[in-house]
Amino acid sequence: MEPFDPAELPELLKLYYRRLFPYAQYYRWLNYGGVVKNYFQHREFSFTLKDDIYIRYQSFNNQSDLEKEMQKMNPYKIDIGAVYSHRPNQHNTVKLGAFQAQEKELVFDIDMTDYDDVRRCCSSADICSKCWTLMTMAIRIIDRALKEDFGFKHRLWVYSGRRGVHCWVCDESVRKLSSAVRSGIVEYLSLVKGGQDVKKKVHLSENVHPFVRKSISIIKKYFEGYALVGQDILENKESWDKILALVPETMHNDLQQNFQKHHSSLQRWEYLKKAASQCPSNIKNEKCGPWLEWEIMLQYCFPRLDINVSKGINHLLKSPFSVHPKTGRISVPIDLQKVDQFDPFAVPTISSICHELDAIFTSEAEKEENQAESDIKHRTRVVGPSSCGMWDAASASPDEQCHVHAQDLNWQNPG
Amino acid sequence: MEFSGVKRRKPWLIGDQRKASYPHSLQFYLQPPSENISLIEFENLAIDRLKLLKSVENLGVSYVKGTELYQSKLEAEIRRLKFSYRESLEDEYEPRRKDHISHFILRLAYCQSEDLRRWFIQQEMDLLRFRFSILPKDKIQSFLQDSHLHFEAISEEEKNLREQEIIASSTSLGGPKLELEYVYKIPFADALDLFRGRKVYLENGFAYVPLKDIVAIILNEFRAKLSKALALTARSLPAVQSDERLQPLLNHLSHSYIGQDYSIQGNAGKISLDQIDSLSTKSFPPCMRQLHKALRENHHLRHGGRMQYGLFLKGIGLTLEQALQFWKQEFIKGKMDPDKFDKGYSYNIRHSFGKEGKRTDYTPFSCLKIILTNPPSQGDYHGCPFRHSDPELLKQKLQSYKITPGGISQDHISSSFLNELGIQLKKTTVEQQNKAKENGQSCLYSSALPKKRKTWRSTYQQDINILNVYTQKGSLKYRK
Repeated sequence: MEPFDPAELPELLKLYYRRLFPYAQYYRWLNYGGVVKNYFQHREFSFTLKDDIYIRYQSFNNQSDLEKEMQKMNPYKIDIGAVYSHRPNQHNTVKLGAFQAQEKELVFDIDMTDYDDVRRCCSSADICSKCWTLMTMAIRIIDRALKEDFGFKHRLWVYSGRRGVHCWVCDESVRKLSSAVRSGIVEYLSLVKGGQDVKKKVHLSENVHPFVRKSISIIKKYFEGYALVGQDILENKESWDKILALVPETMHNDLQQNFQKHHSSLQRWEYLKKAASQCPSNIKNEKCGPWLEWEIMLQYCFPRLDINVSKGINHLLKSPFSVHPKTGRISVPIDLQKVDQFDPFAVPTISSICHELDAIFTSEAEKEENQAESDIKHRTRVVGPSSCGMWDAASASPDEQCHVHAQDLNWQNPG
Repeated sequence: MEFSGVKRRKPWLIGDQRKASYPHSLQFYLQPPSENISLIEFENLAIDRLKLLKSVENLGVSYVKGTELYQSKLEAEIRRLKFSYRESLEDEYEPRRKDHISHFILRLAYCQSEDLRRWFIQQEMDLLRFRFSILPKDKIQSFLQDSHLHFEAISEEEKNLREQEIIASSTSLGGPKLELEYVYKIPFADALDLFRGRKVYLENGFAYVPLKDIVAIILNEFRAKLSKALALTARSLPAVQSDERLQPLLNHLSHSYIGQDYSIQGNAGKISLDQIDSLSTKSFPPCMRQLHKALRENHHLRHGGRMQYGLFLKGIGLTLEQALQFWKQEFIKGKMDPDKFDKGYSYNIRHSFGKEGKRTDYTPFSCLKIILTNPPSQGDYHGCPFRHSDPELLKQKLQSYKITPGGISQDHISSSFLNELGIQLKKTTVEQQNKAKENGQSCLYSSALPKKRKTWRSTYQQDINILNVYTQKGSLKYRK
């Protein structure tokens, strides 16, 4: 893949916005079938331009207006905000207090930085294939809950471009939810509580809610590969001390001794499980059973959501198909059927995709149509229902399935 | 609602018709009454309901809500005032009608300020909660339906399919007794307080709520609706107030909600200056006891302390003359010049009694006001010890007041409790203030102690006065 050089962004973006950005599908999504008058026209966008110039309250009349403006301004970053009571670009003309945010999709932002206390391979903005499993688990757990518990039908998961994922829930009723209900949903989905000063961040009650139980069974599928092998969380004293901090003190000696005797995280974890589920006679109020084991698994693997992103109706979030100015990667949708295979490092960068576009036109020799269904078109193929939640939402009747509005730009590597 | 002249035209409904208009012993007051009544009846109904709500408030403070004692006392009170409460009784038409009309009359009186609305909503909610709790289970469904609440009880089969999940989710269910419980299926967004804490089972956008938890949801609905209705009523109030027959009555009602017992001229509320010292240790709440002690020791109090304590003393019955004497005597002991006192301090005392300036008869501060505003700094003695004191010091102080350590449970005044309270109370939304009132009742002190022990309440009738003076949410126009 062509290396990405941020200095080239102005040129690359020009090409991107002229030839590659999927305006038609994008507009069709945000217009939601045109059922509600002025829904698209009242939508706020914000642009970050070159030299960090940030402009809010952008709004557009229709698709071609959107195209023209984007091509004119060449934004480095695009954010989508709420649908307001009036056109955002005229908000200054509205009587004070009358300009209100009315509807917006329910969004979630999961950021790898929030897991720094439990991943050993990377920290801060870095990610690698080892810790990416955290995102895989997060997507599976949250998506299951949104679908099965809350009954949300149109969910779009998007790679953020650097170190996390976003989720856009577009159901009609969801767009109308109040801030209080949004906060409530995030609370329902939260299990890991506490900042830097809190050692043990997960506490389960004796009654285990079905949501927790189902999340644990998802984590169990990944735990061995991710935590015991990949992260090797019981590799040496330094790392297993962190686990011991989550376990009652009375168990420490026994565990320390036995950890020395074993040779791998796998073995040590087996031992810990056994020790943890025995009824401790000397500890008051401790439950007998797998609670401790579950609490550790949850602390290391359960998704961590940022409540501020989700609760505000007027919160602006990075748009799908926007470019990440630091990595050059494009915020592509994630196919839920292939979550496990998603590779953030295989996501096209703006330089690679522009390069491909150039390559097509410079090679006159390749005239075979079926081959020269260019990579771009190849990527804009029809994909299965699960990944185009966002396009489903564009149809006026929710029954219309994805094969009608199915043009999801799945920009993963084909195959 | 139309108000006719003197003659009263009682609509003669026969048997079934009467029953049909009020099918249940309780209601959500969704429709205003539409008959004519006399002014006399208007006034009587209003006063009776006011007495009822006042009893609800008092009982809620003296007893734990929901206990048998509380329930039986409340039922007795309702029966005494001839309001409706039980489904099964015969000929409930009159009490139900009374209940209906009097509620709407009081809305007129209590919509006028934030404080009045808050008080009214709180008592009405407690009353509804009680009535709902004694409703027979089989009547619940029809009551919900008649009130247009779309809570459907699910069938046995549906329950059985989800039995494990429902039991695992709901903390209010004690063990596998699901067959005995009704379970209701409601849209998840209507069960916010339940699902946010994962206290209910969610499936496909619906919450499966057992009966016990439905009550909380219903009450929230009621509060929301009543709150909106009061706001609307306030807007149409000018039209009502322009009717000169009603205006004096409505004003009188909203100011006398504290009850006749607590006016200064009443039979209760006379104290003599020499009683204050002994009263302070026997009957004062901790914040006032602390202020009194500081005053005696330092012969002085700063402004915040003078306001808080001075208004309190007025509330328990000190007259203006007594107050002037009390403060002057104390300040002189602190080597203050009597003339300086007259010049600097007596004006303010007379002002707080409504004898100067714009002549507002200021009412004592409520707990919430003391806790939320004007926190004490170095050299101040005002505020609420439960909010503003260090927990360890507070514990010591309470121990020195001879409350046995058993009475001070660590849970109650641990720092996390105080922090939580602080955090809860820092946000001043109406909702949270309501909640704080619900949990904190009057003086938070009384909620911190186990219910059985209220050592600071002696048999003085004045204690009741103090408690009520203390909790009244009169309009506070104290300027800072």
